[in-house]
Amino acid sequence: MTTDVGLGEPQLVTIAADEDVVRVRQLVRTVAVAAKLSLVDQTKLVTAASELARNTLVYGGGGGAEVTVVDSGRRKGIRIVFADDGPGIADLDLALTDGYTTGGGLGLGLSGARRLVDEFDIDTAAGRGTRITVTKWAR
Amino acid sequence: MDRVPVLKIGDLLLVSIQVDMQDQTALALQEDLAERIVATGCHGVIIDITALDIVDSFVGRMLSSIASISRVLDAETVVVGMRPAVAITLVELGLSLDGIRTALNVERGIELLAQAREPETPDDLGIDLDLDRFGPATS
Repeated sequence: MTTDVGLGEPQLVTIAADEDVVRVRQLVRTVAVAAKLSLVDQTKLVTAASELARNTLVYGGGGGAEVTVVDSGRRKGIRIVFADDGPGIADLDLALTDGYTTGGGLGLGLSGARRLVDEFDIDTAAGRGTRITVTKWAR
Repeated sequence: MDRVPVLKIGDLLLVSIQVDMQDQTALALQEDLAERIVATGCHGVIIDITALDIVDSFVGRMLSSIASISRVLDAETVVVGMRPAVAITLVELGLSLDGIRTALNVERGIELLAQAREPETPDDLGIDLDLDRFGPATS
Protein backbone atom coordinates (compact mmCIF):
# COMPACT_ATOMS: atom_id res chain seq x y z
CA MET A 1 0.00 0.00 0.00
CA THR A 2 1.37 3.35 -0.96
CA THR A 3 1.41 6.22 1.49
CA ASP A 4 1.75 8.66 -1.35
CA VAL A 5 -1.39 10.72 -1.58
CA GLY A 6 -1.86 12.33 -4.92
CA LEU A 7 -4.69 14.84 -5.16
CA GLY A 8 -7.62 13.33 -6.97
CA GLU A 9 -6.12 9.88 -7.31
CA PRO A 10 -8.62 7.50 -5.79
CA GLN A 11 -7.36 4.56 -3.80
CA LEU A 12 -9.51 1.49 -3.76
CA VAL A 13 -9.90 -1.15 -1.08
CA THR A 14 -11.94 -4.25 -1.78
CA ILE A 15 -14.15 -5.19 1.15
CA ALA A 16 -14.68 -8.94 1.18
CA ALA A 17 -13.62 -10.06 4.66
CA ASP A 18 -13.15 -8.94 8.23
CA GLU A 19 -9.55 -7.86 7.76
CA ASP A 20 -10.53 -5.57 4.88
CA VAL A 21 -12.40 -3.37 7.36
CA VAL A 22 -9.07 -2.94 9.16
CA ARG A 23 -7.40 -2.08 5.84
CA VAL A 24 -10.01 0.58 5.11
CA ARG A 25 -9.39 2.14 8.55
CA GLN A 26 -5.63 2.16 7.97
CA LEU A 27 -5.88 3.70 4.51
CA VAL A 28 -8.31 6.39 5.66
CA ARG A 29 -6.06 7.18 8.61
CA THR A 30 -3.02 7.56 6.34
CA VAL A 31 -4.88 9.79 3.90
CA ALA A 32 -6.43 11.87 6.72
CA VAL A 33 -3.00 12.52 8.23
CA ALA A 34 -1.60 13.47 4.83
CA ALA A 35 -4.51 15.87 4.20
CA LYS A 36 -3.75 17.49 7.57
CA LEU A 37 -7.06 16.84 9.26
CA SER A 38 -7.00 17.61 12.97
CA LEU A 39 -6.61 14.64 15.30
CA VAL A 40 -10.28 14.76 16.32
CA ASP A 41 -11.39 14.96 12.68
CA GLN A 42 -9.08 12.08 11.74
CA THR A 43 -10.59 10.04 14.54
CA LYS A 44 -14.14 10.89 13.50
CA LEU A 45 -13.51 10.06 9.84
CA VAL A 46 -11.73 6.77 10.58
CA THR A 47 -14.53 5.77 12.95
CA ALA A 48 -17.20 6.63 10.35
CA ALA A 49 -15.23 4.68 7.72
CA SER A 50 -15.04 1.69 10.04
CA GLU A 51 -18.81 1.69 10.55
CA LEU A 52 -19.56 2.05 6.85
CA ALA A 53 -16.99 -0.53 5.76
CA ARG A 54 -18.50 -3.01 8.19
CA ASN A 55 -21.98 -2.25 6.82
CA THR A 56 -20.70 -2.84 3.28
CA LEU A 57 -19.41 -6.24 4.41
CA VAL A 58 -22.23 -7.36 6.70
CA TYR A 59 -25.31 -5.94 4.97
CA GLY A 60 -24.04 -5.40 1.43
CA GLY A 61 -22.31 -8.78 1.24
CA GLY A 62 -19.02 -7.08 0.37
CA GLY A 63 -18.03 -4.34 -2.03
CA GLY A 64 -15.44 -1.62 -2.04
CA ALA A 65 -14.28 1.66 -0.58
CA GLU A 66 -12.74 4.39 -2.70
CA VAL A 67 -10.76 7.08 -0.90
CA THR A 68 -9.99 10.37 -2.66
CA VAL A 69 -8.40 13.62 -1.56
CA VAL A 70 -10.58 16.46 -2.81
CA ASP A 71 -10.02 20.18 -2.96
CA SER A 72 -12.83 22.71 -2.80
CA GLY A 73 -10.50 25.52 -3.77
CA ARG A 74 -10.59 26.79 -0.21
CA ARG A 75 -9.68 23.67 1.67
CA LYS A 76 -8.80 20.05 1.32
CA GLY A 77 -10.98 17.19 2.26
CA ILE A 78 -11.36 13.46 1.98
CA ARG A 79 -14.14 11.76 0.14
CA ILE A 80 -14.91 8.09 0.59
CA VAL A 81 -17.38 6.13 -1.48
CA PHE A 82 -18.64 2.81 -0.12
CA ALA A 83 -20.39 0.72 -2.73
CA ASP A 84 -21.95 -2.71 -2.72
CA ASP A 85 -24.30 -4.72 -4.91
CA GLY A 86 -26.22 -6.10 -1.97
CA PRO A 87 -29.95 -6.05 -1.28
CA GLY A 88 -30.04 -2.26 -0.80
CA ILE A 89 -32.00 -0.45 1.86
CA ALA A 90 -35.78 -0.48 1.47
CA ASP A 91 -36.66 2.02 4.20
CA LEU A 92 -33.91 4.61 4.37
CA ASP A 93 -35.51 6.78 7.06
CA LEU A 94 -35.78 3.77 9.32
CA ALA A 95 -32.20 2.67 8.58
CA LEU A 96 -30.96 6.12 9.54
CA THR A 97 -32.73 6.02 12.91
CA ASP A 98 -30.53 5.65 15.98
CA GLY A 99 -30.91 2.20 17.45
CA TYR A 100 -32.56 0.56 14.45
CA THR A 101 -30.79 -2.59 13.33
CA THR A 102 -31.49 -5.70 11.31
CA GLY A 103 -28.11 -7.22 12.03
CA GLY A 104 -28.05 -7.53 15.80
CA GLY A 105 -25.73 -4.56 16.26
CA LEU A 106 -26.34 -1.36 18.16
CA GLY A 107 -28.01 0.37 15.22
CA LEU A 108 -25.56 3.25 15.34
CA GLY A 109 -23.45 2.50 12.28
CA LEU A 110 -25.31 4.48 9.64
CA SER A 111 -26.82 7.20 11.84
CA GLY A 112 -23.61 7.58 13.87
CA ALA A 113 -21.38 7.71 10.78
CA ARG A 114 -23.57 10.47 9.36
CA ARG A 115 -22.98 12.60 12.45
CA LEU A 116 -19.21 12.13 12.23
CA VAL A 117 -18.72 13.52 8.71
CA ASP A 118 -19.44 16.86 7.05
CA GLU A 119 -21.29 15.54 4.02
CA PHE A 120 -23.25 12.32 3.76
CA ASP A 121 -25.03 11.09 0.68
CA ILE A 122 -26.71 7.75 0.24
CA ASP A 123 -28.01 6.21 -2.95
CA THR A 124 -29.90 2.98 -2.48
CA ALA A 125 -33.08 1.11 -3.24
CA ALA A 126 -34.29 -2.40 -2.60
CA GLY A 127 -32.44 -4.76 -4.93
CA ARG A 128 -30.18 -2.06 -6.32
CA GLY A 129 -27.23 -2.10 -3.92
CA THR A 130 -26.04 0.78 -1.80
CA ARG A 131 -23.66 3.62 -2.51
CA ILE A 132 -22.71 5.93 0.35
CA THR A 133 -20.51 8.98 -0.18
CA VAL A 134 -19.04 10.82 2.78
CA THR A 135 -16.76 13.86 2.89
CA LYS A 136 -14.77 15.37 5.72
CA TRP A 137 -13.14 18.78 5.22
CA ALA A 138 -9.97 20.03 6.87
CA ARG A 139 -10.76 23.03 9.07
CA MET B 1 -6.12 -13.61 13.21
CA ASP B 2 -4.34 -11.84 16.05
CA ARG B 3 -5.19 -12.74 19.63
CA VAL B 4 -5.07 -10.22 22.42
CA PRO B 5 -3.14 -11.57 25.44
CA VAL B 6 -4.81 -11.63 28.86
CA LEU B 7 -2.29 -11.20 31.72
CA LYS B 8 -2.90 -12.16 35.33
CA ILE B 9 -1.40 -9.80 37.89
CA GLY B 10 -2.29 -10.67 41.47
CA ASP B 11 -6.07 -10.64 41.73
CA LEU B 12 -6.45 -8.78 38.45
CA LEU B 13 -6.59 -9.60 34.77
CA LEU B 14 -4.95 -7.03 32.53
CA VAL B 15 -5.74 -6.71 28.85
CA SER B 16 -3.78 -4.20 26.84
CA ILE B 17 -5.14 -3.93 23.32
CA GLN B 18 -2.18 -3.13 21.08
CA VAL B 19 -3.47 -4.03 17.64
CA ASP B 20 -6.13 -2.66 15.32
CA MET B 21 -8.55 -5.50 16.05
CA GLN B 22 -10.65 -7.07 13.39
CA ASP B 23 -14.12 -7.99 14.59
CA GLN B 24 -13.27 -11.66 15.07
CA THR B 25 -10.35 -10.72 17.32
CA ALA B 26 -12.68 -8.65 19.49
CA LEU B 27 -15.13 -11.53 19.79
CA ALA B 28 -12.33 -13.96 20.65
CA LEU B 29 -11.10 -11.60 23.38
CA GLN B 30 -14.58 -11.56 24.90
CA GLU B 31 -14.58 -15.35 25.13
CA ASP B 32 -10.97 -15.62 26.32
CA LEU B 33 -11.64 -13.15 29.12
CA ALA B 34 -14.74 -14.95 30.34
CA GLU B 35 -12.79 -18.19 30.50
CA ARG B 36 -9.83 -16.60 32.29
CA ILE B 37 -12.10 -14.94 34.89
CA VAL B 38 -13.56 -18.32 35.78
CA ALA B 39 -10.24 -20.17 35.62
CA THR B 40 -8.37 -17.67 37.81
CA GLY B 41 -11.17 -16.49 40.10
CA CYS B 42 -10.00 -12.93 39.57
CA HIS B 43 -12.37 -10.20 40.72
CA GLY B 44 -11.09 -7.37 38.58
CA VAL B 45 -10.43 -6.79 34.89
CA ILE B 46 -8.56 -3.83 33.47
CA ILE B 47 -8.79 -3.15 29.76
CA ASP B 48 -6.18 -0.71 28.56
CA ILE B 49 -7.16 1.02 25.31
CA THR B 50 -4.34 3.59 25.28
CA ALA B 51 -3.11 2.26 21.94
CA LEU B 52 -6.52 2.33 20.23
CA ASP B 53 -6.88 5.31 17.90
CA ILE B 54 -10.56 4.63 17.36
CA VAL B 55 -13.38 2.84 19.17
CA ASP B 56 -16.25 2.18 16.81
CA SER B 57 -19.67 0.77 17.68
CA PHE B 58 -18.44 -2.81 17.39
CA VAL B 59 -15.57 -2.38 19.84
CA GLY B 60 -17.82 -0.24 22.06
CA ARG B 61 -20.34 -3.05 22.16
CA MET B 62 -17.55 -5.53 22.95
CA LEU B 63 -16.45 -3.39 25.91
CA SER B 64 -20.04 -3.23 27.21
CA SER B 65 -20.43 -6.99 26.79
CA ILE B 66 -17.19 -7.70 28.61
CA ALA B 67 -18.31 -5.49 31.49
CA SER B 68 -21.66 -7.31 31.70
CA ILE B 69 -20.19 -10.78 31.35
CA SER B 70 -17.55 -10.16 34.00
CA ARG B 71 -20.15 -8.74 36.39
CA VAL B 72 -22.14 -11.94 36.08
CA LEU B 73 -18.93 -13.82 36.84
CA ASP B 74 -18.29 -11.69 39.97
CA ALA B 75 -15.60 -9.45 38.47
CA GLU B 76 -15.56 -5.72 37.90
CA THR B 77 -14.23 -4.23 34.65
CA VAL B 78 -12.51 -0.90 34.29
CA VAL B 79 -11.61 0.52 30.87
CA VAL B 80 -8.56 2.75 31.07
CA GLY B 81 -6.52 5.00 28.80
CA MET B 82 -9.15 6.31 26.42
CA ARG B 83 -7.74 9.08 24.24
CA PRO B 84 -9.57 12.43 24.28
CA ALA B 85 -10.30 12.30 20.52
CA VAL B 86 -11.75 8.81 20.95
CA ALA B 87 -14.01 9.99 23.78
CA ILE B 88 -15.27 12.93 21.70
CA THR B 89 -15.95 10.67 18.72
CA LEU B 90 -17.71 8.00 20.80
CA VAL B 91 -20.16 10.49 22.22
CA GLU B 92 -20.91 11.95 18.80
CA LEU B 93 -21.33 8.45 17.40
CA GLY B 94 -24.00 7.94 20.04
CA LEU B 95 -22.25 5.40 22.25
CA SER B 96 -22.40 6.17 25.94
CA LEU B 97 -20.70 2.97 27.17
CA ASP B 98 -23.40 2.50 29.80
CA GLY B 99 -22.38 0.34 32.70
CA ILE B 100 -18.68 0.63 31.99
CA ARG B 101 -16.37 1.99 34.64
CA THR B 102 -13.52 4.06 33.32
CA ALA B 103 -10.29 5.44 34.73
CA LEU B 104 -7.62 7.64 33.21
CA ASN B 105 -4.81 5.11 33.44
CA VAL B 106 -3.93 1.62 34.66
CA GLU B 107 -2.81 2.86 38.07
CA ARG B 108 -6.12 4.64 38.76
CA GLY B 109 -7.96 1.62 37.41
CA ILE B 110 -6.23 -0.61 39.94
CA GLU B 111 -7.14 1.83 42.74
CA LEU B 112 -10.76 1.90 41.60
CA LEU B 113 -10.97 -1.89 41.62
CA ALA B 114 -9.34 -2.10 45.03
CA GLN B 115 -11.88 0.37 46.42
CA ALA B 116 -14.78 -1.48 44.86
CA ARG B 117 -13.61 -4.75 46.38
CA GLU B 118 -12.66 -3.71 49.90
CA PRO B 119 -15.35 -3.79 52.55
CA GLU B 120 -15.89 -0.37 54.01
CA THR B 121 -13.71 0.16 57.04
CA PRO B 122 -14.73 2.48 59.87
CA ASP B 123 -12.18 4.96 58.53
CA ASP B 124 -13.98 5.17 55.21
CA LEU B 125 -17.25 5.82 56.98
CA GLY B 126 -15.74 8.86 58.64
CA ILE B 127 -16.08 7.46 62.16
CA ASP B 128 -13.31 8.52 64.50
CA LEU B 129 -12.75 5.67 66.90
CA ASP B 130 -10.56 7.90 69.08
CA LEU B 131 -8.47 5.05 70.44
CA ASP B 132 -6.62 7.45 72.70
CA ARG B 133 -9.56 7.43 75.07
CA PHE B 134 -8.62 3.91 76.03
CA GLY B 135 -5.13 4.99 77.07
CA PRO B 136 -1.91 4.89 75.12
CA ALA B 137 -1.17 1.74 73.27
CA THR B 138 1.46 -0.38 74.95
CA SER B 139 3.90 -1.99 72.68
